[in-house]
Amino acid sequence: MLLDIQNLFISAPDKEIVHGLSLEIKPGEVHAIMGPNGSGKSTLSATLMGHPKYKVTKGKVRFNGKDLLKMDPNERAGAGLFLAFQYPKEIPGVNMVSFLRASYNAVNKAQNKKFQAMPLYKFKKLLQEKMDLVGLGRAFMNRNTNEGFSGGEKKKAEVLQMALLEPRLAILDETDSGLDIDALRTICEAIRTLKKPGQGLLMITHYERMLKYLKPDRIHVMMDGKIVLSGGKELAAKLEKEGYDYVRKILSEKNPLKVLQ
Amino acid sequence: MTALDYLKDLDRSVFDSHNEQGYAKRAQKGLSEALVRRISADKKEPAWMLAYRLKSLEKWRELKLPTFGVDLSPIDFGNIIYYAAPDEMKGYATKWEDVPEDIKRTFERLGIPEAERKVLAGTGAQYDSVNAYHKLKEEWERVGVIFEDMDRALQKYPDLVKRYFMKLVPSHDHKFAALHGAVWSGGTFLYIPASVKVTAPLQAYFRMNARSMGQFEHTLIIVEEGAEGHYIEGCSAPKYGSTSLHAGSVEIFVKRGAKFRYSSVENWSQDTYNLNTKRALIDEDATMEWVGGNLGSGRTMLYPCSILKGRGSHANHLGVAFANTGQVQDTGARVIHLAPDTSSTVLAKSICKGGGRNVYRGLLQVNKGATGAKSQIRCDSLILDALSTSDTYPTMRVDEDDVSIGHEASTGKISEEQLFYLQSRGLSEDEALAMIVNGFIDPIVKELPLEYAVEMNRLIEMELNKPQRK
Repeated sequence: MLLDIQNLFISAPDKEIVHGLSLEIKPGEVHAIMGPNGSGKSTLSATLMGHPKYKVTKGKVRFNGKDLLKMDPNERAGAGLFLAFQYPKEIPGVNMVSFLRASYNAVNKAQNKKFQAMPLYKFKKLLQEKMDLVGLGRAFMNRNTNEGFSGGEKKKAEVLQMALLEPRLAILDETDSGLDIDALRTICEAIRTLKKPGQGLLMITHYERMLKYLKPDRIHVMMDGKIVLSGGKELAAKLEKEGYDYVRKILSEKNPLKVLQ
Repeated sequence: MTALDYLKDLDRSVFDSHNEQGYAKRAQKGLSEALVRRISADKKEPAWMLAYRLKSLEKWRELKLPTFGVDLSPIDFGNIIYYAAPDEMKGYATKWEDVPEDIKRTFERLGIPEAERKVLAGTGAQYDSVNAYHKLKEEWERVGVIFEDMDRALQKYPDLVKRYFMKLVPSHDHKFAALHGAVWSGGTFLYIPASVKVTAPLQAYFRMNARSMGQFEHTLIIVEEGAEGHYIEGCSAPKYGSTSLHAGSVEIFVKRGAKFRYSSVENWSQDTYNLNTKRALIDEDATMEWVGGNLGSGRTMLYPCSILKGRGSHANHLGVAFANTGQVQDTGARVIHLAPDTSSTVLAKSICKGGGRNVYRGLLQVNKGATGAKSQIRCDSLILDALSTSDTYPTMRVDEDDVSIGHEASTGKISEEQLFYLQSRGLSEDEALAMIVNGFIDPIVKELPLEYAVEMNRLIEMELNKPQRK
C-alpha cells in the first residue's frame, strides 16, 4: 500500500475538521477527492504533508510502509510525498532556479545518501526540459519564486516541481482552480505525461472537469470531514457526465451519515 | 605591522616563536596625552598631525556622550587599550589553541582553511585579501592610483593627506570623532586620479584580533573628477578579549562627475561597541553608493552620511543589519541635500532574532535652495520571533518646497505558510528560514562582489543557526 489512512481525526486550533477518514491508495493508482468548500479536503492534504497548524488527534497514516505522522514535512518530501499547493507561496528574493535546485538536491539526498548535489549548469538543463514540458517559459527560472506569477503560472510551477521531484505520491490540491480551459488542458496533459507507472496521484477538486483528463481509478466524495461516497470508474463516468450535481443528488437522497453507517 | 605589510610579515608572524608577554606587559590601558604623543612619535608623524591629535584629545575631554541611540554609559574609557606599538604587535602571536571556541567555530564554518586560521589567530594585525590586492596594485599604480596603508600614506603623501584628513569628519563632530582624531591608527588611503576608472573593486579584508590596532582605523578616499572606483572592506573576523570599542572613521570625497561605491561587511564580536563614522562629500553630477552589512557587534551606532553638495549629485544607500541575542543595531542613512537637482535613494533591511533589537535612525535633510531634490527611502524589517523588536525613526527636515520625497516602511514576521511551503519541498526548517531571510536581503547582497555576497549569506546563516542564549 502506498498510502494507508485509517480512521483519521484532524483538528485545527479552534475546531475538529476531519472526523474519522479512511483511504487507501495503491502504487500507480489515481484517486480523486471531491467535495464542497469547507468539507475538509484541503485540511486533509495539508495534514498529510505535515502542516504544523493541524493536529492529528486520532488515527494512523502509513506512507510506503512508514508512519507518516512521525515525520517532519521535509522528511515526508524526502520519503516521496508531494503536495501541489492550492495557493503556492511567494518567496521574495529567491529565484526559482535556486529554490528548485535546493529542493531537488534535498529530496534526492534524502532518498539516496550517496547523491551528489547537482551542479548548477546541469540542473538548469534538467529544469529547462521540465519547463518545456509543463509549458512554463524558461525566463521564469530567474524570477523570484511565485512572485508576480499569474494563477495559471503558479499552478504550472507546482506541476513543474512535481516533474522535478518525481514523488511516489503527488497530492494535487485544487490544481484546476483558477485556470481557464486551455491552461487546465495543458496542465492535465503535462501531469498525464509525467506520471510514472508506479506513481500515485491524489487530486482534490471541486469540479469534475479535471476527471475527464486524468481518469481516476477511484473517486471519493467528502463532506463535513468524512468520505461519504466512494466509487470506481462507474462513479467517475457518472460524475463526468452529470457533473457535481450528481453528487448533490445522491447526497440529498441519502442521509450522508447513514451512508457511512 | 600594517595591513598592507601583511605579505612581507606573514612568514615571520607564522613561524616566530610567540612572545605573549611582550604585548601584554607593555600595552597601556587608558588614554593620556603621553600616549597620544607616543603614538605620533612611533609613527614619526609630521608636527601638524601631533597637534591635531592633541587638539582632538582636548575635544574628547570636553565633549559629552551622545544622548540618542544606544546606551554608551557602560563604556569604561580607562579600561581600553588604545594603542599598541608595531614591535609589540609582532610579539603577540597567539596559539591557535588559545583562540576562544566560538571564534574557532566561526572560522571553521566560514570555511577558512586551518593554515590560514593559524595565521589569523597569530598575526594579531589587519589581514587583507593579499593576492587580489597586490595584483591590483601594479595595475593601478601605473595610472596614478594610490592605495596605501593610512600610516604610510601620511609619510609618503603628507600634503595630500593634510588637505583632506578629518575635514569631513572633524574631531569636534562628536565625542567618538574626537577620540578617533586623538588615537587613530592604520586604515586605508585611496586616491583615484581624474578620469581613471578602476573597474575591479579595491579590497581590504580586515581580519583583526581583539588587541589589534585596527579599532581606530582611518579610511580616507579621494575620487577625482570623472574617476570611478569601488572599495570594499570586510571586517568579518570577530574580535574577542578585553577591547570593546571600535571608532573608525571613513571620509570619502567624490569630485565632479565621479562615481564611487563603498561596501563593507562588518561582523564584530558581541562585546564590541561599533561606533563608526562614515561620511561622503559629493560634488556636481557625482554619484556615491554605500552598501553595508552589519552583524555581530553588541552595540552599533552607524549612520553613513552623504552630503550632496553639487548640483545633480546622487547618493544611494543600501544597508542590512542583523540583531541577534544581546545586540542592538542602531543604524541608518543620513542624506543632506544642499544643491538643486540632487537625488537620493535609501534601502534599509533589518532582521532581528532571539531578543535582538534593530533601530532604523535615518535623517533626510533638504536645505532651502535645493530645488528639485528627490529622495526615496524604504525600510523593511523582518522579525523572527516574539522576543525581538524593530523600530524606525526617520527624521526629515525639509526646508524647500520644490521637492519629491517618498518614505515607506514595512515590518514583517516570517510566515508559517512560507516555511511550510519550503519544508514541503524537502528543506529543513533551518534551511527554509535561511532561504527566506537570504531572499529578504537579496536586493542588497546582490550588490556585493560574489565572494562577499557568499560570505554575507553564510554569516547570516550562522546567525540564524546560533543557538539562543538563555
